[in-house]
Amino acid sequence: MARLNAENVALAHEVIARYPRRKSALIPLLHLAQEQDGYVSEEAMEHLAELIDVTPAEVLGTCSFYEMFKREPVGRYLVNICGTLSCQLLGAEDLIHHAEQSLDVKLGGTTADGLFTLEQAECQAACTEAPCLQVNYRHEYRVTTDDFDRLIGDLRSGKSDIPNHGVLSEVRQSIPAERRVGAVAPEDVTGAPAWLPTEEPSS
Amino acid sequence: MTLGGTTSPYAAGFVANDTPRIVTSRFDLEDGYTLDRYLATGGYEGLRSALDREPGEVHGEVRDATVLGRGGAGFPAGVKWGFMPPEVWPRYLVVNGDESEPGTYKDRLLMERDPHQLIEGCLIASYAVGLSQCFLYIRGEMALAQERVATALNEAYGAGYIGKNILGTDFSLDIILHWGAGAYVVGEETALIESLEGNRGMPRLKPPYFPAAIGLYGKPTIVNNVETLANLPWIANNGSAAYRAIGTEKSPGTRMVAVSGHVKRPGVYEIVNGITTFRQLLFDDEYCGGMRPGRELKAFVPGGGSAPWFGVDQLDLPFEASEIGPQGSMLGSGAIMVMDDTADIPKAAYSLTRFYAHESCGKCVPCREGGTWLERILHRVVNGQGTSRDLQVLMEVGGTICPGNFPHAASERLGIEAASFPYQMTTICFVGPSAFAPIHSAMTLFPEDFAALVADNDDLAEANGDHGFATNTAVPVELKGVSVR
Repeated sequence: MARLNAENVALAHEVIARYPRRKSALIPLLHLAQEQDGYVSEEAMEHLAELIDVTPAEVLGTCSFYEMFKREPVGRYLVNICGTLSCQLLGAEDLIHHAEQSLDVKLGGTTADGLFTLEQAECQAACTEAPCLQVNYRHEYRVTTDDFDRLIGDLRSGKSDIPNHGVLSEVRQSIPAERRVGAVAPEDVTGAPAWLPTEEPSS
Repeated sequence: MTLGGTTSPYAAGFVANDTPRIVTSRFDLEDGYTLDRYLATGGYEGLRSALDREPGEVHGEVRDATVLGRGGAGFPAGVKWGFMPPEVWPRYLVVNGDESEPGTYKDRLLMERDPHQLIEGCLIASYAVGLSQCFLYIRGEMALAQERVATALNEAYGAGYIGKNILGTDFSLDIILHWGAGAYVVGEETALIESLEGNRGMPRLKPPYFPAAIGLYGKPTIVNNVETLANLPWIANNGSAAYRAIGTEKSPGTRMVAVSGHVKRPGVYEIVNGITTFRQLLFDDEYCGGMRPGRELKAFVPGGGSAPWFGVDQLDLPFEASEIGPQGSMLGSGAIMVMDDTADIPKAAYSLTRFYAHESCGKCVPCREGGTWLERILHRVVNGQGTSRDLQVLMEVGGTICPGNFPHAASERLGIEAASFPYQMTTICFVGPSAFAPIHSAMTLFPEDFAALVADNDDLAEANGDHGFATNTAVPVELKGVSVR
């Protein structure tokens, strides 16, 4: 796959400008690359290195630390079944076993048609709704084996509106130019912000 | 039996009760996350009221209210703010929305159901102590929370609540939506800052203990949890005295807790701080309504996966940190995971230990190596292939991560007394000790469950030679029907 396309380069510049230091934009930009291609390719990492002025190795260093960044293509839908305590107590193991059978893949594998990658995930902050899973990081609660099959059926037949792997928020932050304060490099800030009285607030 | 309390149709898991609603007041509203609804229900009034006062006065109000940090450590927000060195600029605010402690489910709801309340909290904090840029760091795996917060930020910028000269004053602030990419350790505040700088999310060496001194880009930085900040609009509106009128002297206000596992009604509840007991929360109809029919409580984790476990003897303790610590655990992030008599205790411990071993960032050797050892050894014990020697090694490895007494609860059944929290540690952050906590708790409170798993293997191990590890033998043997090398 590829470097960021023109539209995403424009977005990348907008994101980079929000931070006092360019490298802070790296994780959001890796997400942008993954949104474009479904995974983070080497070419994309090299391109990001150019954009934020670091070496490709530094981009790889950050990218490889985080679970969500896939450096190989995965299925269109990433199915993460939670296996941590609250879900484990309420049947996660059975659900995982069922999912492996029903999709005919082992954990970490991708179905032959390239639609689904199955993973066991860690706590998804939905512990009261156990057992839970996520499809491309959208939650499903109190999932029975029947629910699972129905969900997979809906995804196969295109009845679901879950976007492809790589797309997180479908809304982007957009800061109107006339409202933007603007990021300043920390070394260029010399004094207290305008609204503070000249003396330090009592503390 | 009918359970009281109304379950919100919009906030999955949330159950309303008789507690004053400080942070969850909009969870029953279908459109509580929109700017229109927020404004119609008193939204941004706290900000207006703060902007009418001097920043120092607002800081004083928050300090007097004593908002204990809701991320895990329980440190009062107003005091933390006061740790910033005078006359060092700029100062930053980093919002910790990386909720991922096992069992914890509250910050995600606050971001999805009432994002403007969080934004207003960020604005009030920034105004009070002169923070010139705010980064709202949301966990990567929370697509809906990112969407709701992005929408709310766009609305609030458009309406003049964020950005240049907010509501026509000198106060200007950008709030930048940032999100992670899947790493539990990034919830640790210095790792969060590393991540925000675009690096691998590894905790920084201490001291300094607080990034308030040296934080983002080496500048004074306040890292506050989502729920902590969500309390600020209410305090700005109602004052610290009203806040302190709820809860106790040491632990004022309310807090959100998530109760999951083997109870009749698992749920997210806003409870009175310092007073509500675990017995009330687990058994009252207003809350969880007790165990599932015919079942008895065996153990519960009182404060997130990192917390040492409690049992029936600790049910009458209140949500008060100063009482929980001496009893051997912590309140942490308000996550209670309940196990009844059907729970497989060694397996439950394994599920948590695996989590922490998996989430080790690899910086400190005792955590990176020790966590992995704990996971592997416990795995073979759980699978019926361990020996007594394995159980000893688990404790020894734990002892290299946390030397000395590890905290645990008292047990009348076993005739043991509590060892108080906290522990000593050989690692920079709490991930290493957290891998050991479930093992130590489970083996201390339920030794018979482990003894039963290894009982049949000790003889075999001896027969196979010497070192006591049943599964490391060169000659293939049959153990409980499983073929091992």
